[in-house]
Amino acid sequence: MSETASPRAPTDWKGNAMQRRIRRRYAAERRFRWLGLGAILISAAFLAFLLVTMIGKGAGGFRQTEIRLDLDFPRTGLLASSTGGEIEGAVAAAADAQFGPDGARLLSDSAWTRVERAIERDPSLLQRKETLWLAAATNVDTAYKGNGDAGSEAIVSRLDQRDVLRTSFNTDFLVSADATDPASVGIWGAFKGSLLTMIVTLALAFPIGVLSAVYLEEYAKRNRWTDFVEVSINNLAAVPSIIFGLLGLAVFLNTLHLPRSAPIVGGLTLALMTMPVIVIAGRNAIKSVPPSIRDAALGIGASKVQVVFHHVLPLALPGILTGTIIGMARALGETAPLLMIGMRAFIATPPAGIAAPASVLPVQIFLWSDEVSRGFVEKTSAAIIVLLVFLLAMNGLAIYLRNKFERRW
Amino acid sequence: MNDMQTMTAETRLSNDAAPKMTARDVSVYYGAKKAIDCVSIDVSQEHVTAFIGPSGCGKSTFLRTLNRMNDTIANARVDGAIELDGENIYAPSMDVVQLRARVGMVFQKPNPFPKSIYENVAYGPRIHGLAAGRSEMDAIVEQSLKRAGLWEEVKDRLQESGTALSGGQQQRLCIARAIAVEPEVILMDEPCSALDPIATAKIEELIHELRGRYAIVIVTHNMQQAARVSQRTAFFHLGNLVEYGETSEIFTNPRVERTKDYITGRYG
Repeated sequence: MSETASPRAPTDWKGNAMQRRIRRRYAAERRFRWLGLGAILISAAFLAFLLVTMIGKGAGGFRQTEIRLDLDFPRTGLLASSTGGEIEGAVAAAADAQFGPDGARLLSDSAWTRVERAIERDPSLLQRKETLWLAAATNVDTAYKGNGDAGSEAIVSRLDQRDVLRTSFNTDFLVSADATDPASVGIWGAFKGSLLTMIVTLALAFPIGVLSAVYLEEYAKRNRWTDFVEVSINNLAAVPSIIFGLLGLAVFLNTLHLPRSAPIVGGLTLALMTMPVIVIAGRNAIKSVPPSIRDAALGIGASKVQVVFHHVLPLALPGILTGTIIGMARALGETAPLLMIGMRAFIATPPAGIAAPASVLPVQIFLWSDEVSRGFVEKTSAAIIVLLVFLLAMNGLAIYLRNKFERRW
Repeated sequence: MNDMQTMTAETRLSNDAAPKMTARDVSVYYGAKKAIDCVSIDVSQEHVTAFIGPSGCGKSTFLRTLNRMNDTIANARVDGAIELDGENIYAPSMDVVQLRARVGMVFQKPNPFPKSIYENVAYGPRIHGLAAGRSEMDAIVEQSLKRAGLWEEVKDRLQESGTALSGGQQQRLCIARAIAVEPEVILMDEPCSALDPIATAKIEELIHELRGRYAIVIVTHNMQQAARVSQRTAFFHLGNLVEYGETSEIFTNPRVERTKDYITGRYG
């Protein structure tokens, strides 16, 4: 081990060049921290902007303008057996009497249903005078909230002087379905449609996805076929969703003749889309289970199935659930494939089951955002808030499940 | 006569009445690579057998052929015959799950299940249906933990996670788990390599106590350990069984030059 021809000079740790290098290093560290902080701030700002806009615009959708109407039931001649049409006529007449000609048009199209419900609740109402608060028509509603046209503003200020207007929480929005009149639309129909669709999606995509992941990771031999399957699944996860819509249209509607616009078809289509996501997440979760656990179980004579179901899957479950929720969240917000299978129809009643015609939240938002009437603007934002709450609830559930099943080894 | 020809390694042992396990001309391939070359060896019931040799010599690979753990490696292939009580364990009629219950294994790194201590021990008996009821299972768990010398330390916290124990306790839990299914043979793959000296001493003591009840095969890097715990030692080198004999003989009077070099620390 003799010295080489040119021995290295001793490093000058205190020299200027070294000091400069240290300063540059510190500067780089600082720069990187600021860049990271900036990135976080920008994304937080985007999120805050989204939430503030949505809540600001949508909050009105959860509130409803109501008009006070005095009803002298004995004089209207209504009976407990009166039809909806008769009640509607009596309400219109009372409104005309109190607010002058066209008074009936100040009320929303479905205002009379509230009178009908009141009579159902308490038939003795028919024997006396009663004051009821009824939903106002859309133009009154928007004008009272400050977004109306000049004509409506005038009407509202006239009514306001008589102190017959108020706003209250719009329970109708949460319990009814789509309607032509923005004052009487509700989100429940679309919400229930989304819920049913998600149930179908989950019931199909989760077991099939997890079983595929288990088979590919634990059973399949590594060869050209499994490589091919793997590449195909990865590609499938990247296919634009509208293609899945076309596939659903061709297979489920045209070939299998399943009912159009139903949660079952929507669920099947979205399951096709979600499955690859679950397979990929599941495979990664299964891969991350330490091999020593498999060895331990095999070493005391557990069969392959026992190893998978007693040890591997429970340990992989948190990861699988995370992937599933990501896939489901994507499916929940998906609009394009559902348009292809006819889920854009106007559905005025909440779906009775998975084979009944239904709307879903994102399509409902899409449809309402297309409407000309001003009343739909805040309803659209309100529907977006409902969708976001649905998503948050799903994510919350995922986090809860993940923490519940998470085990360390 | 045939045996004399195939047993190529330097082997000198007084003949056992009936060895527990016998391997004849066992070769193991990983793809095209030959990891074990024509190894023939007998494992006796009464003795602890140690496999020693430098890293990569194939001693762990060979150990894993004894309970067919190599089956889990995709491109591994085993030639030759391995018999447990005269029964070929690679025969199609041999149920590999049952084989692994009869030939238990303890691994290099303690690998308790992320479940309670009780569940760790009870798992094997449960999947093989060895306990008829709760009280019988309790008895099996207690007995196994006692034999593994862990009972006194954990009897008050059987429901706590097995992964919360110290490394040495975890390894003894793994031994308790292995003996809970009453195996005939216990294979130990460097069971102390991840443990501190005190934990190692406890495991070695345990091996002494288990000797006789189970046939024990232990792979170790540590030659002192082989000398301490085993009665028979096999020296592996480059996939070959170089020498196999009484531990005292191997360590004091090796016949083969390579064994002598390894034991005296010339390489390893």
